[in-house]
Amino acid sequence: MVQTDIIIIGAGPVGLFTVFEAGLLKLRCHLIDSLPEPGGQLIEIYPKKPIYDIPGYPIVNAGELVGKLMEQIAVFKPNFTLGETVQQLEETTDNQFIVTTNKGTRHQAPVVIIAGGLGVFEPRKPPIENLEKFEDKGVEYIIKDPEFYRGKRVVISGGGDSALDWTIYLAEKKIAKEIALVHRRTSFRGHLDSVQKVMDLAADDKIQLITDAEVVGITADSRGHVGGVTIKHASHGDKIKETDHFIPLFGLTPSLGPIADWGLELEKNAVKVNTVDYSTTRKGVFAVGDINTYPGKLKLILCGFHEGTLAVQAAFAKIYPNKKNVLKYTTVNGVNGF
Amino acid sequence: MENMIHVNIIDREGVSHKLEAPTDMNMNIMEVCKSYELPVEGICGGMALCASCQCYLESDIHLPEQSDAELAMLDEAFHVRENSRLGCQIRITKDIDGIVLRLAPK
Repeated sequence: MVQTDIIIIGAGPVGLFTVFEAGLLKLRCHLIDSLPEPGGQLIEIYPKKPIYDIPGYPIVNAGELVGKLMEQIAVFKPNFTLGETVQQLEETTDNQFIVTTNKGTRHQAPVVIIAGGLGVFEPRKPPIENLEKFEDKGVEYIIKDPEFYRGKRVVISGGGDSALDWTIYLAEKKIAKEIALVHRRTSFRGHLDSVQKVMDLAADDKIQLITDAEVVGITADSRGHVGGVTIKHASHGDKIKETDHFIPLFGLTPSLGPIADWGLELEKNAVKVNTVDYSTTRKGVFAVGDINTYPGKLKLILCGFHEGTLAVQAAFAKIYPNKKNVLKYTTVNGVNGF
Repeated sequence: MENMIHVNIIDREGVSHKLEAPTDMNMNIMEVCKSYELPVEGICGGMALCASCQCYLESDIHLPEQSDAELAMLDEAFHVRENSRLGCQIRITKDIDGIVLRLAPK
């Protein structure tokens, strides 16, 4: 079990800077993020976009800002659990929290700060009736192990890079027995060489390319597993295609995820906080950055930095109720790491 | 009023809202909808990266060409039609006064 002073959920810019402010108070932090590397949206969605409203930086690229934050907090030696999604929040009898991830990693600390941004990135699910009924029964939104599809019939839908890349992979490695790629339009917007490869594979009858079409329904086989999909073609109408697997690949979309079930007061898909210290309705749990809401809330990195700074002051008071804490300037004391 | 136009937004229940929008605030349709508390999420903040502001253009107004980023996003979105647009990519200018847009399903 990981033991620390503060568990920070979310390793975006606000979570990262909170490590710094906690470090100044001699509090150690452990960050958990569902993405494989720190940076949150800045790395996942817009690493090359310029940001103009970080004080002291007339312009900074999102990816560069994350690099600078990592450099700034390195002295406080934060630890990370990456590529895992928080699932459960439990409270022990001695005022500690245990946060468990989807992979079973357990973390314990007296304080939890949620800096979850937009939430957890989940696959975008197409609006097909009964789709969820077939999850783990032939419908997969992510290809975890391509070997799983060896000798199977597969229908992939989507027009982006991941749909193209997996179609190519499963076909070129001769893994799947039969592959169909269904796309709503006739053209693709993926990388040009991927598009060309898919066209070539279709011309060689290695895959079936079905454009101007959408998967609109799923039919079950006798075991309740995916047995076929209904493909609606713009001009030829509906057709059922037999398949063992249906893999919709339409990118990721953020959702609040399991945090929504942690007994925190929510408003408009965000966690309500008290602006005195950005505490939630659960004592010892704070929320900072884009994931929180309060009157006048602005979803800005700048504001998240302020929120995290105030939250760690209250965290200190909870962890050391009898210790006095005085604001110290870094100009006077410098930064003393761990 | 000078620097003000009207935009008509039909919500997902079919109710039409005539909204006043300023042309001098560098706003877009997604932001105008949010400022009137219409159910438009705008998760990505207007970078054409989430399609939560997708709407259908229902009036005969000529809009500027869609950017590659907008077309790429609409490629991955659902409920997309010929007249689909991302609200965040439609700037509030005099040229779109009276525009009619219908919010796409979530």
